Amino acid sequence: MKFAVVVFPGSNCDHDAQYAAEHVLGQQAELIWHKDTSLRGADVVILPGGFAHGDYLRTGAIARFSPIMQEVKRFADAGGPVLGICNGFQVLLEAGLLPGAMLRNANLHFHCEHVYVKVEQTDTPFTLACSTTRPLSIPVAHGEGNYYAEPEVLARLEKNRQVVFRYVDASGQPTAAANPNGSLNNIAGICSEGRNVVGLMPHPERACELAVGSADGLVLFESAVKAVSERALATSR
Amino acid sequence: MRARVFVTLKPSVFDPQGTTVAEALHTLGYASVKDVRQGKYFELEIDAANSEEAKRIAREAADKLLANPVIESYRIEVDAAQAEMAR
Amino acid sequence: MTITNDLVAQHGLTADEYQRIVEALGREPTLTELGIFSVMWSEHCSYKSSRVHLKTLPTTGKRVLQGPGENAGAVDIGDGLAAVFKIESHNHPSFIEPYQGAATGVGGIIRDIFTMGARPIALLNSLRFGSLDDALVRRTMAGVVAGIAGYGNSIGIPTVGGEIAFDESYTGNPLVNVFCLGISRADEIVKAVASGAGNPVYYVGAKTGRDGIHGATMASAEFDDRSAEKRPAVQVGDPFMEKLLLEACLEVMRSDALVGIQDMGAAGLTSSSCEMGSRGGAGVEIDVSLVPQRESGMTPYEIMLSESQERMLLVAKRGREAEVERIFEKWDLHAVRIGEVTTDGRLRVRHSGEVVADIPNTALTDDAPKYRRPVSEPAYLAEARRLDLAALDQSVAPRDAFRRLLASPAIASKRWVYHQYDHMVRTNTLVLPGMGAGVVRIKGTKRALALSTDCNGRYVYLDPFLGAQHAVAEAARNVACAGGQPIGATNCLNFGNPEKPDVMWQFVRAVEGMGAACRALDVPITGGNVSLYNETDGRAVLPTPVVGVVGLIEDAERVGRRPFRSAGDVVVLLGDSRAELGGSEYLKVVHGTIRGVPPALDLVREAAVQRLLVESIAAGIILSAHDCAEGGFAIALAECCFDSGLGVSTDMGAVTDGEAAFIDISTLFAESASRVIVSTSPDNVETLLTGAASAGVPAAQIGTVGGDRIRISVDSRLVVDESLSDAESIWSGALERYFERARAIA
Repeated sequence: MKFAVVVFPGSNCDHDAQYAAEHVLGQQAELIWHKDTSLRGADVVILPGGFAHGDYLRTGAIARFSPIMQEVKRFADAGGPVLGICNGFQVLLEAGLLPGAMLRNANLHFHCEHVYVKVEQTDTPFTLACSTTRPLSIPVAHGEGNYYAEPEVLARLEKNRQVVFRYVDASGQPTAAANPNGSLNNIAGICSEGRNVVGLMPHPERACELAVGSADGLVLFESAVKAVSERALATSR
Repeated sequence: MRARVFVTLKPSVFDPQGTTVAEALHTLGYASVKDVRQGKYFELEIDAANSEEAKRIAREAADKLLANPVIESYRIEVDAAQAEMAR
Repeated sequence: MTITNDLVAQHGLTADEYQRIVEALGREPTLTELGIFSVMWSEHCSYKSSRVHLKTLPTTGKRVLQGPGENAGAVDIGDGLAAVFKIESHNHPSFIEPYQGAATGVGGIIRDIFTMGARPIALLNSLRFGSLDDALVRRTMAGVVAGIAGYGNSIGIPTVGGEIAFDESYTGNPLVNVFCLGISRADEIVKAVASGAGNPVYYVGAKTGRDGIHGATMASAEFDDRSAEKRPAVQVGDPFMEKLLLEACLEVMRSDALVGIQDMGAAGLTSSSCEMGSRGGAGVEIDVSLVPQRESGMTPYEIMLSESQERMLLVAKRGREAEVERIFEKWDLHAVRIGEVTTDGRLRVRHSGEVVADIPNTALTDDAPKYRRPVSEPAYLAEARRLDLAALDQSVAPRDAFRRLLASPAIASKRWVYHQYDHMVRTNTLVLPGMGAGVVRIKGTKRALALSTDCNGRYVYLDPFLGAQHAVAEAARNVACAGGQPIGATNCLNFGNPEKPDVMWQFVRAVEGMGAACRALDVPITGGNVSLYNETDGRAVLPTPVVGVVGLIEDAERVGRRPFRSAGDVVVLLGDSRAELGGSEYLKVVHGTIRGVPPALDLVREAAVQRLLVESIAAGIILSAHDCAEGGFAIALAECCFDSGLGVSTDMGAVTDGEAAFIDISTLFAESASRVIVSTSPDNVETLLTGAASAGVPAAQIGTVGGDRIRISVDSRLVVDESLSDAESIWSGALERYFERARAIA
């Protein structure tokens, strides 16, 4: 199976995502330039972190118009697994593939730290191998990770179980202190109604090896591999 | 033609930058400033035959790109000012 | 245009220097030529006050691939790879506009690294500010930190370490020194050289505007009341543009179509063109009307002197133009041909065909003025070196001094700062900031690099020769505590006005001391930066020669770390403790004074301690290591407990050479050099002590890790007994408290 990692001008975490998928997980991962119009047969698409277009105007606001995004949308509409990490999540929001928007962190500072997130839904391609009891230690690094959605949208997200990741403390409680950016309802990541498009602000690709502090993020990539092989089995029947 | 687009956060959206600016003004002695909302201002120099067309183009630009409809609203002013003005 | 005396002075040139210009040209200069000379002969670009002294530093070694003279230095790190690194200052702009001054400083040093063909993988910074009780200082610091974060985070290079210190002398002259490290293939280091007659000269990057004109001369002048008017001279950085440039340049370099490349930093197009020509023994001819401009009506003078950011000058191989242009187009950049290489060794500038400047390259570079300025020992020194402890207030008990030191901004946790830096991007960071040296792994190899930037300005103030040695020793020691063998160094020499003999004396003595220490520790200087005129209204900063050391860790799985590991581990103190309170943080925080002589430094002992550390960490015998610095033993011990969840109990012998009433204080807070607190498992204590003995390093078993308190006894008397959580809370919250009181507008 193959991962595609989309590279926008200004993406920074593309190499990190590719490294995690290839070196740590042993899968194929190809970098796809934002001007390309083909995902080259990828089974999973990752929109990586960084500062696409310098975050000018709004984070992700310009990247959503890149040629490759037509393909990403088509892929997502057909049920393909898409993971937006940090800036990638922001691009998915601006592109309308996920509901809501990002605001500046409440304390107005960029914030980089290991935080705990709880996985609340295991029926997405990126969380099907996750536990819902043990919180994951994954780093955040962002200045605009304050998730906002209008009250009705927010209520619908919670009701539909579209909140996939939530900021919690070490014991799993979604406290205010555990929220690094002021996100409504401590939301760290959500999925689409079809559940195949997932966006999260924390960086799982930075938590794939104990050497760099935590290996809790690897399970998101492992889930994707599992999801693809299960889908392949299902379609071959 | 010049179109000015004023993009502001919707009233329901928390504006930490605006709050910080208000607090700073209070520290400077302006207790009478009750609230501050921070927004963005764009000046578009448009090749248009008349102000209606310029307004239309500016509106489309705002809808598609300049404002995020989830959190922002906008208003537009158009005038026929010359492109090169004193800074 | 007539060149008047006033015009010459406005350009920062002396009458003498003007005469030399006339001689070099064989005629009076044009205005554009005057501008070009003024920036190339400014202190910042020509190093005229420092060059003769810098030549005395050791710059060679078996690993050195590139010494001073290029945009950065390089050392061989094995596996066919090179570490390319340098430190640079952006002090004056950071006072005028803290955010952009610091941001463009980061941008500048990053360009210096990738222009050599190395992908930048880590940043560090050494910052100096006035007292945080001053609102303007808080705003400056908040702006500088935000600027470093804004630029570094956006371009995606992690800031993995650094240091911040405070002193009133930095109030109007903050220091912002930024260090960058990159990795390249050892045989693919790209030089900034123009050669090959007829080869095209290209300009790529941001459009040129009027920013920063005379920035180089501004960095060469002191501040006074009129500094507020100099605001327009600060540039605005665009990290997005630089990211595009970085990726595009690295791609072009892989294509082999390049002869040479240099970034346009201080003195912009002027310095890049004549320096590249000078290095290649060639001439460069350009037409500035071809330079992409973002403002209208720019004169050749303005175009040559502009310091607009994110621009590169490159020389391509004739015939490969289309290839070069195509690579840049992919990244939405336009490489514009603006001239070509010639054989006459001159910088010739045309404007729409007409020659406006025609200068021999060497007149601007190698033949720039070199001064051996007069030196004289400062009047303050004899008095300042006298320290009469007996005359000091004795009412502050050791336990209170301990708490006050933990809360002092220099010692307190810098978490408020480094949480704003993305320190994990590129997934190479093995040691998080705030834990001593920064450590990054080298993917594709088993190795890692340890990085540290250090300088104690108080020591240099009290003894420039010895103080500069301490800077080298401390940086190398921090790196050794991480298990890294020091293999190269860079320096950023921040001093006051060199035209004052006492400042020049400090500079010369510091360079001498630095050279001696680098030789003793076998750490060559591969490049660096000098920042002079750091003075306001005649008051200079503490002389601050910052040293950045790079260390090689052979096995990335054997990295030395600061926090204690397990309850029951044995604490061992390496080195000798003496009652050396001169220039200490204790004296500054508790008694508000900088006096005395800095601690003695035995470089043979220092080298032995560092060797022992590197070997023992590689052998897995040492579980944690942390050197004693500001605040001495007691603070270093507390720092080993923080982030470990473990307390400690220690008992050590009192220092024997101290003032009676200050024996405990001296034992706890003296800053004797070459001392490291290490911990090891009970099984390995013998091995460690034996190793230390054969290395000639004193080693004393002084305590045990464990419990929830920090207990320090002197001659079996309990002198500090603090709850770990209380101590940690004082230390971790101190800096935040300063900034929560008055939030700066972002």
